[in-house]
Amino acid sequence: MTDLPIQTEAIPGAMPASRSMIEAGTLRAVVEKAKAQKARLVALWGSDETVRGGGYALQVALAVRTGLLWLTVPLAREHPRYPGIADIYPAANRMQRAAYDLLGIHAQDAPDHRKWLRHRAWPGGVFPLRKEFDIASRFPQADDRYPFVKVEGEGVHEIPVGPVHAGTIEPGHFRFSIVGEKILRLEERLAYTHKGIEKCFEAMTLEEGARLAGRVSGDSTVAYAWAYAMAVEGVTGTEPPSRSLALRGIMLELERMANHLGDLGYLGNDVALSFGFFQFWRLKEDLLRLNAELFGHRYLMDLVVPGGVTCDLTRDHEQRLLEGLDRIQSEIASLQSIYDEHSGAQDRFIMTGQVLPDLAERMGLTGFAGRASGIMCDLRIDYPIPPYQQLEVRLASHTRGDVAARVSVRFEELFESVRLVHALVNHLPPGELRVPVGAAPGGARGIGWVEGWRGDVFIALDTADGNRIHRAHPHDPSWQNWPVLERAVLGNIVPDFPLINKSFNLSYSGPDL
Amino acid sequence: MYQLLKQIVTAGIVTERPPLPDQALRQLEQQLPDAILKHIGRALAIRHVDAGSCNGCELEIHACNSPYYNLEALGIKFVASPRHADMLLVTGPVSRNMAVAVKRTYDATPDPKLVVALGDCGCTGGIFGESYASCGRVSNVIPVDVAVPGCPPTPTAIMQGILTAIQGRDRTPVR
Repeated sequence: MTDLPIQTEAIPGAMPASRSMIEAGTLRAVVEKAKAQKARLVALWGSDETVRGGGYALQVALAVRTGLLWLTVPLAREHPRYPGIADIYPAANRMQRAAYDLLGIHAQDAPDHRKWLRHRAWPGGVFPLRKEFDIASRFPQADDRYPFVKVEGEGVHEIPVGPVHAGTIEPGHFRFSIVGEKILRLEERLAYTHKGIEKCFEAMTLEEGARLAGRVSGDSTVAYAWAYAMAVEGVTGTEPPSRSLALRGIMLELERMANHLGDLGYLGNDVALSFGFFQFWRLKEDLLRLNAELFGHRYLMDLVVPGGVTCDLTRDHEQRLLEGLDRIQSEIASLQSIYDEHSGAQDRFIMTGQVLPDLAERMGLTGFAGRASGIMCDLRIDYPIPPYQQLEVRLASHTRGDVAARVSVRFEELFESVRLVHALVNHLPPGELRVPVGAAPGGARGIGWVEGWRGDVFIALDTADGNRIHRAHPHDPSWQNWPVLERAVLGNIVPDFPLINKSFNLSYSGPDL
Repeated sequence: MYQLLKQIVTAGIVTERPPLPDQALRQLEQQLPDAILKHIGRALAIRHVDAGSCNGCELEIHACNSPYYNLEALGIKFVASPRHADMLLVTGPVSRNMAVAVKRTYDATPDPKLVVALGDCGCTGGIFGESYASCGRVSNVIPVDVAVPGCPPTPTAIMQGILTAIQGRDRTPVR
């Protein structure tokens, strides 16, 4: 399946995917070759294989031309270590540190060995995702020292922000080094919302995991629930009915629309155009109420389940949905022209928080933010599985990579989502909504990979006996995009940080796990 | 400019009536005397604290500021610092990584103060429960006056929780 010098085995499931077991000694060569062939790093995580008679393992997921490639690198039980790949894929840096904090697997020659997920909750040398670790363990709150990189020079000073922020957003710490108003360096410290999601999965059955997957990052609940369902369907050999796939497609686009509408409102607010906030949040509320009326939940939580969906769309409701979206769409068009012609807003948007295509590619910027910086990736287009096969999803793109480009891509995606929902509703296949999910053997692997509103949401699943979970790793696209935000703000002024930050609107809960 | 004004006029005023308080959401008896509540009720300053949520509750807090709910029209607004706040609106199970920050935020809020815990996680720890990484419900870390269940609670339920917290002991109207 790949052009790499490795033996692969197909992973059953909806998305084209394969797996390969490689030695730690060949990891760098394989990854370097993949990178040369334009592969993207999707995720990096670890696992404890001691209960299966092994040691530990490093897991790497790459997006290659033909689909997803899942590499497994077995590691020793004593002093598990592997050659780090953060110099090849910079986004691997925090993932490697997280894998160490949770499992004690060490990336050799890595540029950065500071802790990432571990703050005060557990001491160094203790690894919560090891199988012998009891989820109920408690430790006295430890001292939480973290060496930020210091910028020195005449007139340079620091602004520490967070974890409790000034706005209604998730917690995280930002350390700005500035001179005057200009940002010289931004260093993020996240993981404040780490709540042991991956450990929770390991105490669950495949069925129970669906609810948790839908709460990894609430704003992307449909994307996560779908990715999880796809992985479970893969390991159990379940074929979800085509009607349920079309309904999942509809709900994913509604989720994309709700988030883009809300963020476009806040982007207006952040440039003192509160008109934009009120208008877009009125439209977002209209959409959320439509969701509640037609599907029973404002954010469509718990509606995508392994085996299908738990809601239907009747003929009357189809009409309601399309009419509602058409009305919202015509208002979005008016608002877009107001934004475009508002010189004050454009003055703040254009050339602010710029990420040029070259940097975006090097850092692995993903999702709509990547598309605003010339990265032509969208899972719905790159690997068009049902329900996307006949839809010919149009890629929204831009190359300037500034706030204005991200605004423009969001507008384009809103219109495209309305078109997709129309197409899906008009060709909604008849039939069942949900089929029973079969049993999975222990040691089966499945993947779920969905183009959520923020970027590609990935779930790697490895089963234990009795339909239970040996390891589930949910991966949020924010892992890739947070480090790019640190670069996007350089040379900008501190008051533009909220605007730049909101133009990406990254998840904290998703990558904090 | 013409288009902008036209949009404002066409959209009109969509604000709906606020919900009534619901005493069933109370965790603690009202501690504050009516004289204080009378003042607070007309100008309540809220500091939101995400103690480890999945960000679902945050979406609905934002929605409270949308023109449909228009929380600010009731004299209730969100402020940037706990030092300016009368009430903390806390979401999520309290992650152990946030426990110190939550306690410090509570201590930084001047007395008299109120705490409203939001969402199933804030009320019980929710699906994340108590673990090596999670302290569970908000009241395990700071005292909670009112708890609003829901996953996430709707904007109406959130407003109901806030209004309940500022209702007097004799259940007099808030305003």
